[in-house]
Amino acid sequence: MMNRLLSVTFGMSVLLIGVVLFSVRRSHIRVEYSVSWLVAAFVMLILSSSDFVLGTIANLLGITYAPVALLLVVLSLFLMVFYRFSIVISDLKDANIALTQKLAILEYRIQDLHEERKEED
Amino acid sequence: MKPIGPDSLMILIPAFNEEGAIANVVKEVHSVLPGVPVLVVDDCSPDGTRIEAINAGADVISVPYHLGLGGCVQAGYRLAFELGFSYVIRIDGDGQHDPRFIPAIFDKLKTSGCQMVIGSRFINGGGEHTSIWRKLGILFFRGVLRPILDKPVHDPTSGFVGVNKDAIAVFARSFPLEYPEIEALVVLQRRRFRFEEVPCKMRERQAGKSSITTLKSVYYVIHVLLGVFINILKYGERRPK
Repeated sequence: MMNRLLSVTFGMSVLLIGVVLFSVRRSHIRVEYSVSWLVAAFVMLILSSSDFVLGTIANLLGITYAPVALLLVVLSLFLMVFYRFSIVISDLKDANIALTQKLAILEYRIQDLHEERKEED
Repeated sequence: MKPIGPDSLMILIPAFNEEGAIANVVKEVHSVLPGVPVLVVDDCSPDGTRIEAINAGADVISVPYHLGLGGCVQAGYRLAFELGFSYVIRIDGDGQHDPRFIPAIFDKLKTSGCQMVIGSRFINGGGEHTSIWRKLGILFFRGVLRPILDKPVHDPTSGFVGVNKDAIAVFARSFPLEYPEIEALVVLQRRRFRFEEVPCKMRERQAGKSSITTLKSVYYVIHVLLGVFINILKYGERRPK
């Protein structure tokens, strides 16, 4: 049971690393945003391939059944990734709104200038 | 559109899908305040809001995608700030705010020295067209805001609001994006700014229908409460009593 869970996690982390690298290569993800995913995937890979590391972490967390520690660590990692992307999305939204407002204001002012020139002519 | 004189005033009207009402609103403002520039910020309306507003004699800026109320209002404040207007009074584009009350707000802004003046439907009556649910919401937020603002506010959800240069400068930089009225009060209070209320009457909307549904009302309450709380955390200073 435990071995199967570790194997599945190992397979998922290899798959995740492959997908992320492929996406970076195809420019679907920018390099700076691939780092969080790659770090999470490598941690999953290490935990699922090393009984010693997983056992140590489980001991540190006071968890007797090691796979629970694996799930806890994986869940925490992905929560961190999601949190980071919430920050990125919020920054992007703020920038987007500021740019949109600036664009509308500039468009208005250009139009205003054109009308002033027409009146002067 | 240029500010004229030291007491230059701009009327700001955010509008989304208001083709049925916007022309009347702009014309009413012009008849009450001839020569005062009226800026309509069209929130990427798919209908004829922009054309109607231009034909009625307003200056119009159109944002290229739907920003929501706060984003539109902030665009107006940004332009007013860039052009150097001393005062901005915001009214709704659906005709609920009677422009005949603008002079009272403007006078209060000039004479009181406070940074914001709210047109309130709950001083001397004037809120007969307000739904029971909105009235309950207003009562709730009055209670929430009372200890934060150190003074009572009768109509915290009113969008009929005038601001002076200091507040324009603040709002041009930072303005709540969704349901901005209540949060804006907290933002100003945290900067030790003052507000006053003047009585005014609200009318029924002249055309179109409100975008606030029952579900959105629940979201509104949660969103605004969170916004108020975050603004308190953001700006620790409180105005001394």
